[in-house]
Amino acid sequence: MAPLRFAVVVFPGTWSDHDCQYSLAAVAGQDARLVWHRETDLSAYDCVVLPGGFSYGDYLRTGAIARFSPVMEAVVRHAEAGKPVIGICNGFQVLCEAHLLPGALLRNESLQYRCQWVHLRVENTATPFTNLCEPGQVLRIPISHGEGRYFADAQTLDALEAQGRVAFRYCAPDGTVTPAANPNGSERNIAGIVNEIGNVLGMMPHPERACEPLMGGEDGLLLWRSAVEWAQVRA
Amino acid sequence: MSTFLARVDITLKPTVNDPQGLTIRGALHSLGFKEVQSVRAGKYMEIRVEAATPEEAEARVTEMCRKLLANPVIEDYRFEIEEAK
Repeated sequence: MAPLRFAVVVFPGTWSDHDCQYSLAAVAGQDARLVWHRETDLSAYDCVVLPGGFSYGDYLRTGAIARFSPVMEAVVRHAEAGKPVIGICNGFQVLCEAHLLPGALLRNESLQYRCQWVHLRVENTATPFTNLCEPGQVLRIPISHGEGRYFADAQTLDALEAQGRVAFRYCAPDGTVTPAANPNGSERNIAGIVNEIGNVLGMMPHPERACEPLMGGEDGLLLWRSAVEWAQVRA
Repeated sequence: MSTFLARVDITLKPTVNDPQGLTIRGALHSLGFKEVQSVRAGKYMEIRVEAATPEEAEARVTEMCRKLLANPVIEDYRFEIEEAK
């Protein structure tokens, strides 16, 4: 099968674009292109990645201004067509601001920027990015954010749980979900969620920074391999 | 056309935890302002707009708040408008 075509969207202030491209292309062997935020057509791509960073300096609110970039209309079309979209860190914040995912990301409860390895329990293995994971598998992936506290009202959180839309939860190394394992005060230890049909994933941790032993771990590669598997099954 | 000045306050909804406000309250307490019961931090903006009437200016600023300035998931907004000198 031909390599999957990944569009890695670059906003002014994005910083993890090259890490995403490197991990997708050099490590996972896929076709990953950087796409400037003024692009309006993503129809040539199989999968869209909104990487981490500080789009528009995080001014006003994280992701609030990037959400109105020209490329976002194409991202919405891509998502509505059922094709995979992943927003990582700032990308997750953009997806929430764009209403492709519910809720919002707020200032970490500690008020500190947190750059550290965390453990994630995989709660949903039916998504394009987690289908090669085992239910309950624990992944070790780093976070790097100051505003990653997932918030939604209780009704929305209950709906997410009921529909199995929590993709990842912060957990202890053995998989238990504890307050101590929650690095930012997220509601119910939520680290990542998917939309109603499951093709749009937002997560605060950075899988692209855990793709080679040299990086200190390669659990993140499972997400890229899952995306490839997901496409192969549907080819 | 006239110029109007909108003073916009954006605050976190009461149900949203505000660690920044809690930290400011802690600092005030340690400075001896023991009477401080709570602090909620927010944003303040001054926006000058051109409009034919105050009603038109108000309608446009409302639209700005809804579309961009406040995120209804976490924030409330309120504003006052006056004709600018």
